[in-house]
Amino acid sequence: MSTIEQQATGTFVADPVHSHIGFEVPYAVATFSGEVTDFTATLADGHLEGSAKIESITLRDENLGAHVLSPEFFDAERHPVLTFNGDVARDGDRATIEGEITMKGITRPATLVGTIVGPTVDHFGATRVGLKLETVVDRTAFDMKWNMPLPNGEPALGNEVTLKADLTLVAQEA
Amino acid sequence: MRVLAISGSLRRDSNTTALLRALREEAPSGVEIEIWDGLKGIPPYDGDDDVIPGPANVEALRALVREADAVFFATPEYNSSIPGALKNALDWASRPLATNAFRNKPVAVIASSAGAFGGVWAAAELRKVLAAMGARVTEAELAVGHAHDKLDAGRLTDDDVRDALAEALETLLAEAAPALVAA
Repeated sequence: MSTIEQQATGTFVADPVHSHIGFEVPYAVATFSGEVTDFTATLADGHLEGSAKIESITLRDENLGAHVLSPEFFDAERHPVLTFNGDVARDGDRATIEGEITMKGITRPATLVGTIVGPTVDHFGATRVGLKLETVVDRTAFDMKWNMPLPNGEPALGNEVTLKADLTLVAQEA
Repeated sequence: MRVLAISGSLRRDSNTTALLRALREEAPSGVEIEIWDGLKGIPPYDGDDDVIPGPANVEALRALVREADAVFFATPEYNSSIPGALKNALDWASRPLATNAFRNKPVAVIASSAGAFGGVWAAAELRKVLAAMGARVTEAELAVGHAHDKLDAGRLTDDDVRDALAEALETLLAEAAPALVAA
């Protein structure tokens, strides 16, 4: 693949139908996961900017969802949006993005790593770039400190949360 | 601004409730503090009775919480925890959990006891319960130990405690209306 083909120049915007943002966190004996359904992501000349509406965190229990939105976790009332921005460094199909993530009004550096595919022209003639990324953040650094001890004394909820983004980004008309 | 004050004690001559009366005296102008006296009228929580609308006294409490800009709790400590009547009232108020009246409500918690530790365990327990309900639990902290020595005929006589009450109230009001306090 040539250098030119590897550069995703121009502006690409996430296609929400073919993109997914979610999280995973260790809980008790397994992994608890959820997704965010209302988000945006734009890749412009190698710079990725994304935001996600906290209220759109989707869990399979209304009461659990309310707890996650409460001041004990995201405090969605006061901090309704999560943001990320950073520059994409590409090495073949590997992508590394050194950037900053802001949650609950707190900004921390974060490195997203994963894969990049494209640009590729799809069956409708649109040019697409695929980015599959993840990073691990310490939720306590974002003032989300809730926990509850298990009977064995260990905390029920892990602090290290994996954030995952599987994005299909579509080139915008110039 | 309206602050609802809730005492966890039912006793007529309660030291804990006396602290809330002192708190009311510390209210800055424009801040109205109402001490809730309906705790004894809240029935025991029963899921079978948990329909909408709930029992009248429960709905009255929910309405008071909704109308208040903030809620200030004072609790005694029973067996290292909060009184059952208070927990019961909160269990009612927390329903339905996802949309309950305490969600995002700024709250402050203080405690008092006859012993030296001032009810710190009850305060921690109450903070835990309120946070689980989705309340905005402020950093305000006050544990009044040997409470009976700091009151005379139901009136707070200890200036340090009075100052600490005013500080706790200030913390709560700042959470409830940041712009108002800063102005």
